[in-house]
Amino acid sequence: MADERQLSELTADALGALEEQFPGVAQPAERIGLVIEPHQLVDVATFLRDELDFAYLSCVTALDYPEATDNFPARYEAAYNLYRSEGGPLVLHVHADRDDPVIPSLIEIWPSAGVQEREAWDLMGIRFDGHPDLRRILLWEGFEGHPLRKDWHEPYYEEDQKPFRSRFPDGEPVLDEEDTTFGRNLRYPHDWVEDGVLEIPEGWESEAESAVYKPLELVAAAVKEELGTEQVVLNIGPQHPSTHGVLRMVACLDGETVLGLEPVLGYLHRSHEKIGERNLWLGNMPFTDRLDYITSMYNNFGYAVAVEKLMDVDVPERAEYIRVIMGELTRLMNHLVSVGFLCNDLGIYFTAMLYALEEREFVIDLFEMASGSRMMCNYFRFGGVAHDLPDAFMPMARELVFERFPRRIDELETYLLDNEVFQGRTKRIGVLPPEAAVAYGCTGPLLRGSGVPYDVRRAEPYSVYDEFDWDVVVGNNGDVFDRVLVRFGEMRESLRILRQALDRLPEGPIQGGRVRPNTRVPEGEAYGRVEHPKGELGFYLVSDGGTNPFRYHIRTASFVNLGVLGELCRGNKIADVVAILGSIDITLGEVDR
Amino acid sequence: MYGLGIAKSLGVTMRHFIVTYLDDLKWLFKGGFGSRYTPEALPERQSPSARGIFTIQYPDEEPPLPERFRVFPFHVIDPETGKSRCTACGMCARVCPPQCIWIKRGEDPETGRPAKEPAEFYIDVSICMSCGLCAEACPFDAIKMDQDYEVAAYERFDSLLWDLDKLTEPQSYDVVLHPSDYATDDGSSQ
Repeated sequence: MADERQLSELTADALGALEEQFPGVAQPAERIGLVIEPHQLVDVATFLRDELDFAYLSCVTALDYPEATDNFPARYEAAYNLYRSEGGPLVLHVHADRDDPVIPSLIEIWPSAGVQEREAWDLMGIRFDGHPDLRRILLWEGFEGHPLRKDWHEPYYEEDQKPFRSRFPDGEPVLDEEDTTFGRNLRYPHDWVEDGVLEIPEGWESEAESAVYKPLELVAAAVKEELGTEQVVLNIGPQHPSTHGVLRMVACLDGETVLGLEPVLGYLHRSHEKIGERNLWLGNMPFTDRLDYITSMYNNFGYAVAVEKLMDVDVPERAEYIRVIMGELTRLMNHLVSVGFLCNDLGIYFTAMLYALEEREFVIDLFEMASGSRMMCNYFRFGGVAHDLPDAFMPMARELVFERFPRRIDELETYLLDNEVFQGRTKRIGVLPPEAAVAYGCTGPLLRGSGVPYDVRRAEPYSVYDEFDWDVVVGNNGDVFDRVLVRFGEMRESLRILRQALDRLPEGPIQGGRVRPNTRVPEGEAYGRVEHPKGELGFYLVSDGGTNPFRYHIRTASFVNLGVLGELCRGNKIADVVAILGSIDITLGEVDR
Repeated sequence: MYGLGIAKSLGVTMRHFIVTYLDDLKWLFKGGFGSRYTPEALPERQSPSARGIFTIQYPDEEPPLPERFRVFPFHVIDPETGKSRCTACGMCARVCPPQCIWIKRGEDPETGRPAKEPAEFYIDVSICMSCGLCAEACPFDAIKMDQDYEVAAYERFDSLLWDLDKLTEPQSYDVVLHPSDYATDDGSSQ
């Protein structure tokens, strides 16, 4: 692929520049990107950001190589995917010792590393030196070990690959539930279990719980001295209707003003990545449906694009068009839902939301027709899609895209955007300056609402997006209202793409290779990313040539976008927090994975 | 003028409100009282040109299902042999992402060698994720996806571990569900 060559050129240029500035610090990595010596990582990162314009750190992840590979010894590794406006990724690998993995934190250079480094610490156990708040983010603090390490095995299901023999002990069928009853599928710190009985030690207090409050207490203390007023720490969620799922926010309030806010994640964590490493490559496809359950088609899209980077399979034209049609219908649907739920949060209650859900129902009907399932579509395959479009699809899709949706979107826009009450609740609320948006790694409507015209479909076109005529929608002010405006704009642009795609849908095969359940993916490493409706969805995949991934990391937009929530809410009123959260548009299935 | 936008919003909701009555009247003139809620009217009420109240009065009404709609897998009986086409190759169990399929290979009663049929076949539907990969992977088209979604049970254990008896359906059942599979007369094409 031409892409491949260009990427290596970029890497070679970066290597040349680094060699000049910091001799001996960088060398080519095993498969893609560069290996950087940890002791100069911060300097190298600063140089890359300031001199070579790599302003956007997309994905931070960690890898575990328990065995020595061709060129390097056994190690833990952190991988950073950097982008600039006209290219990327530049992948930096930093190796860490197996006994005591420590890597300098890059949070000062790219604040977007904040949540992602915490995730890497939580799941892989790499300590990021200099991170101000390095504690577990997805798992609970009583958890023993770091589950993504290769030597960590899930209790009871300890094999490295499905099917697990322990799933059916003694050759008898068992309900999964009987295997995973509480207490038998968990591991606790050693001193908690005595003779098989779990006893939480007397007086044990969660460190993470107090750590959540610590930064807020400092804020509170400072203000208290100054004004002599009392501050309130308020927990919102995890069971709260306007947190869009099980998100918990701890807010420190002065009257009604938010002084600091800390999102607490992990209530919906289901070890997606560990499961994914032991699944067949194809078996992960239905699991990606469950990341962001509103937009399952686009998750499929992202995974298929990433795996195809490794697989070298040609996707036929018709399949690409079908993918784009499904993808843009998903975007339309997601934006409708997100605008609808934002209204719900604002107190417009169900009117706007149900208008939106009514339109979503049609999109879902189309998905059901094509894939067989309303939400968990499992429609994409490596090299194409699972089924061809049924006969009834095109007439209905055409009627919707050409007739109904434009009308309904106009109506919803009239309903909301001119409304003074809606404007009053959303304008100048939660303003995100463009510099901060880039630094925090925000993507999607959140980034574009701040006026940064960055869209993966344009920056690094995948599928057939470069064949369509469409515009990147941007806002001006970076407030909640502008994000809503961007979503309305993107709905229109999606319709524009859909109209072209439906008109030009070619005939032909829908599968470029052969779909085999136990596909082997050639050895390699790839970061595939797509412009998911909520932002950039990236899959960092490493294959060792086997039937299941060696490493399967997902960079989700909701997760990284949440990193900026505290920053956005500071100084706003508590009632606006839900509006700001709604405007970021998160799905907890994607945040906690 | 301040308030004009609010008035517009109210206008939109008002129009939606009035349209529901207009649509009711349309059906009243067309087919008489209650004709809006008949199975014949359902496709039109759910079509892109629909107006008025959009909901379906489930369970009094049931939405029409597309052919590809899938819930849980089932075995099809081959009319020639009167048995399932399953050869106990284990492909479905291998590909099944949540590991809900359990197969025990049958034995030939005379030679004692493994036979090409399952002695036991279980699906733990409590964890089945309805992805349809087993039906896709099956080289013999023995597994198809059922469309019966009303499978709620009163207890979580025995009634959710489906055995071969519960899973097997005659081919005539499958012909109704997936007519286009049989349109090409050999019954094996997807």
